[in-house]
Amino acid sequence: MIVLNKDTIKIEKEQDVVFFRNRVAEYADKIKMGLVNKTKLLTAASELVRNMLRYANGGKVLCEIISHATLQTGVRLTFSDQGPGIPDIEKAMQDGYSTGKSLGLGLPGAKRLVSIFDIKTQLGKGTTVTITKWKNG
Amino acid sequence: MEKIPILKMGDFLLVTVQIDLYDRLALNLEADLVNMINKHQAKGVLIDISAVNIVDSFMGRILSNIAQMSKILDALTVVVGMQPAVAITLIELGLPMTGVRTALNVEKGMELLKRNRILDSEEEETTSTDEDDSAE
Repeated sequence: MIVLNKDTIKIEKEQDVVFFRNRVAEYADKIKMGLVNKTKLLTAASELVRNMLRYANGGKVLCEIISHATLQTGVRLTFSDQGPGIPDIEKAMQDGYSTGKSLGLGLPGAKRLVSIFDIKTQLGKGTTVTITKWKNG
Repeated sequence: MEKIPILKMGDFLLVTVQIDLYDRLALNLEADLVNMINKHQAKGVLIDISAVNIVDSFMGRILSNIAQMSKILDALTVVVGMQPAVAITLIELGLPMTGVRTALNVEKGMELLKRNRILDSEEEETTSTDEDDSAE
């Protein structure tokens, strides 16, 4: 697997989200990702970045364009924060579960929208979510 | 601070969202709209989201909130012009757009509001005749 482009974006306040979304859209356009897949990727990214702001007071996102041996190209986003971590990850991945006042669709919804979803969390240390969306899938 | 303009047209309020929403902007729109409905005694709200590229769970909830709040204030909300890719994403995300009326474009949305207005006024007429009858 080769990384073709990469960039780290700090997320500290709400306005950073707009800049971040534009950058992700740029990456998706660079590999000529279709409109539906691009919208799904952007929506998933938007959910995750909101979680990061709300629960961990911000963090950073590593944006990459990756190319796989099987000739798959895609965008990979790694969201890392130093927030409180998620106590019960199984519950957090369930539809409708939220410790805040949201609908509880953020994590499970984002997972449905992307090709690969990975979450690692450590209580008191932070959470890292990695999502990959292939150009065709 | 950016703000989404709300236009008044007769009994209706028109909102065209031309930029990608972030959370604060959406929350402000919600508050502004509810105030405007009250101030102008609007009977309908038309929200055009044809220029919006993404609607995530938060913004979906705001749209749904606006629809429900305006319903309590006796105004109908119609969301128009959703991009197909946005509709696909919303369903996969699992977002129930509770209580939100939709129409394909601004024209159809306006028709819907007007039709609803006519139905409303007919109802008012029948109730007022009933009252006349009882008075006699």
